[in-house]
Amino acid sequence: MIFDYETLKIIWWGFVGLLIIGFAVTDGFDMGVGMLLPFVGKTDAERRVLLNSVGPTWEGNQTWLVTAGAGTFAAWPLVYGAAFSGFYVAILLLLFALFFRPVGFDYRSKLQNPAWRNAWDWGLFVGGFVPPLIFGVAFGNLLLGTPFNYDDSMRVTYHGGFFGLLTPFGLLSGILSVAMLAMHGACFLQVKTEAEIAARARKAAAAAAVATIVCFVAAGIWIATSIEGYRIISMPAAGTAFMPLAKIVEKVAGGWMGNYAHWPLLWLVPGCTIAATVLCLLLTGMHKSLPAFIASGVAVAGIILTAASAMFPFIMPSSLDPNSSLTAWDAVSSHRTLGIMFWVVVIMMPIVVLYTGWVYRVMRGKVTLQHIKDNEHSAY
Amino acid sequence: MTSIDEVVALSRLQFAATAMYHFLFVPLTLGLSWVLVIMESVYVMTGKEIYRDMTKFWGKLFGINFAMGVTTGLTLEFQFGTNWAYYSHYVGDIFGVPLAIEGMMAFFLESTFVGLFFFGWARLSKVQHLGVTFLVALGSNLSALWILIANGWMNNPVGAEFNFETMRMELMNMQDVIFNPVAQVKFVHTVAAGYVTASMFVLGISAFYLLKARDTSFALRSFAVAAGFGLASTLSVIVLGDESGYTAGEVNKVKLAAIEAEWNTEPAPAGITVFGLPNDKEERTDYAVKIPYVLGLIATRSADTEVKGIKDLKKDHEVRIRNGMLAYAALLKLKSGDKSPEARADFDKLKADLGFGLLLKKYTDKVVDATPEQIRMAVNDTIPKVWPLFWSFRLMVALGLLFLAIFSASFYFLIRKQLAPQRWLLKLAVISIPLPWVAAELGWFTAEYGRQPWTISGVLPTHLSASSLQPSSLYFSLAGFIGFYTVLLVIEMMLMVKYVRQGPSSLHTGKYHFEELAGPDTSNANTAGAAS
Repeated sequence: MIFDYETLKIIWWGFVGLLIIGFAVTDGFDMGVGMLLPFVGKTDAERRVLLNSVGPTWEGNQTWLVTAGAGTFAAWPLVYGAAFSGFYVAILLLLFALFFRPVGFDYRSKLQNPAWRNAWDWGLFVGGFVPPLIFGVAFGNLLLGTPFNYDDSMRVTYHGGFFGLLTPFGLLSGILSVAMLAMHGACFLQVKTEAEIAARARKAAAAAAVATIVCFVAAGIWIATSIEGYRIISMPAAGTAFMPLAKIVEKVAGGWMGNYAHWPLLWLVPGCTIAATVLCLLLTGMHKSLPAFIASGVAVAGIILTAASAMFPFIMPSSLDPNSSLTAWDAVSSHRTLGIMFWVVVIMMPIVVLYTGWVYRVMRGKVTLQHIKDNEHSAY
Repeated sequence: MTSIDEVVALSRLQFAATAMYHFLFVPLTLGLSWVLVIMESVYVMTGKEIYRDMTKFWGKLFGINFAMGVTTGLTLEFQFGTNWAYYSHYVGDIFGVPLAIEGMMAFFLESTFVGLFFFGWARLSKVQHLGVTFLVALGSNLSALWILIANGWMNNPVGAEFNFETMRMELMNMQDVIFNPVAQVKFVHTVAAGYVTASMFVLGISAFYLLKARDTSFALRSFAVAAGFGLASTLSVIVLGDESGYTAGEVNKVKLAAIEAEWNTEPAPAGITVFGLPNDKEERTDYAVKIPYVLGLIATRSADTEVKGIKDLKKDHEVRIRNGMLAYAALLKLKSGDKSPEARADFDKLKADLGFGLLLKKYTDKVVDATPEQIRMAVNDTIPKVWPLFWSFRLMVALGLLFLAIFSASFYFLIRKQLAPQRWLLKLAVISIPLPWVAAELGWFTAEYGRQPWTISGVLPTHLSASSLQPSSLYFSLAGFIGFYTVLLVIEMMLMVKYVRQGPSSLHTGKYHFEELAGPDTSNANTAGAAS
């Protein structure tokens, strides 16, 4: 194995982060388009333009989510078990919302009936709106810490319910997540559509970008001033295998600012995030669609990275029993598994990115009302 | 029933229901993707447009099914975490690996190119598009490979060891996991069963058009592809049947004995029980009809290896459970801080039986204080009920033989060019459309029910694997799944039936049955369909 265990643990923190960011910047705009579908598309034909702007590629994008889930299972099995079972009702709601997408895209235009099509449009709205909301609320709660603990056989028990997740900060994170993906989806629509639809998308992008900045800054101030962070007091060597309960963790006021204080360069991450969001707003105003889309992608990645780098090495802190908190050091698979999976990622993911790029190239160009008319029976 | 028992029972019910539901859509995807590759290859080679139309029409049905496959597949991906958190902790180090590789190597491939299959016709050259179709088929079949490597490991957990420092199983040898004989056999058997499903689907629907005497040249060509592919696939399912994998791993020995209702070990080579009424209480099979030698030959591939009977397996299991209690005691000693070489050696000597000790957790949390009565109950748990396995397996095999007969007859009359007069055969093909699904579900039932009481054979009992949830959460999720899945299935079937009835006319090329009737304005058929 070319890397020691400690290095691999850090690399895997980066890999899981990359998979989550990959999901947010690709499938994120599909979800954004889903959210905007009933509003930006006024007529059936317009809505079909929106659907077909993401139709050929959304399925591949969603695979980032599946892979982020499976990657978490393989590399952080404890996080996978604790988070999915702990947030049980939220995860189920997420799943039920996701159900609307594959069938929504494929079935909607297979019948002519307007009521049928309208119903699926709202289904696709749910599939685009609910998942980012739940992801946002869940991430907000990760920052707050959640009530779970391990017993000595490593069985995890979660001592809270679904409604416990809906704290003011959790909801703010949820709104931030919705706003950022609405912005990203609207920017994608600027690129892929024309005329009136594109004009409406620009308006939506501008509004969402403003909401994103406001929520992001508000959440940042909230974290810096009145949310307790977590800090490891002592733990076995990072290069060894140990269980979460082997370390000692304490809650600290303003603790999530510790990494930023320790490595001031990290301030570049939230700084670039705000800059990218402002840039996205300006470029949208200037009708520079593709640069605006790239800026919104950077902003989405930056928002996730800002939260993640505040928490490192914590992944899922426990408010009930801080020692049970899951971190990049103790929630991980064995050295061998991380090593094997390292090579799988290094070999497979560039290939995935290459052929995905080729598919986007083949499907490049705007989706127009004429295109829908010409492909009435085969388009989504 | 205590709350833990209730949660475990509901979690099992939910997993079984969602997995079997997912598998209503998987086999068609696995097989129909190759049927599309075959049809499109003929199109690329001959340039005959009818083959492109065939690819597009069967592709439409493929799409309706594929959407449900993706929808229901997401559930399974999430469910190990939501409902089986202890399982995820205990074996995630191994089990998560094939799932993650599946995502990166297979699911990405399939999902990225499936969009291009539908929307790339005008933007790709003929050969490029065929390449895309091929990659969709390759992706979906590779996906099955990695999932079945994961499933094979649950049945025969090779290449892994328990680590007391982290309280879980850890990967020792990836090659062993990948080349697990149980996984390989399962893969071949499962994808071939998918090919049979798709072939019967295409064969039956084409037979329907032939019976109605419409779009005959389209139907006949589709029928021919299905008959050839179906015959080859059925033969491979039967020849490469699952039973050859049943000798590897403890749980498979139990499955084999239960499927055959072999209560007593018989001298090799054992006979196969064709019919009988297994009696779990008395541990015997009433009215058994046996064919000598056959089982031993099939299961062990030799004439002198014996197939162990249930009573002897139970004796083995009692020994292992008693060893498992010692293993558990040795583990407690290690965990209490005594990590001396002697304590480690004690545990290492016994740890292969730790899983059997954990079976006692259902009856006593301390394990080491189990009474003889509790040990006896745990021993009984190691043998699943015999009659459901005995019958589901026989029904599956009978259906397999029926498929062989249908495909053989179809192929025979097709090459003799006497298909049209054989209306009985065409009708049989139509009514047989659902049967491969029945066979596939029976097969999965046999495989998974037969694995009980384990999630991981000999390592982790099902009873310990579930998440610590409240029953109310389970009722919520179960109600959600049943509600969503029922509505979606009705919608899917309705669309499927509508497009099957329209046939190739749904492509709106102007060449097919309903379009010729309706004249150049082709929207009529569509509106009529929508109104129904």
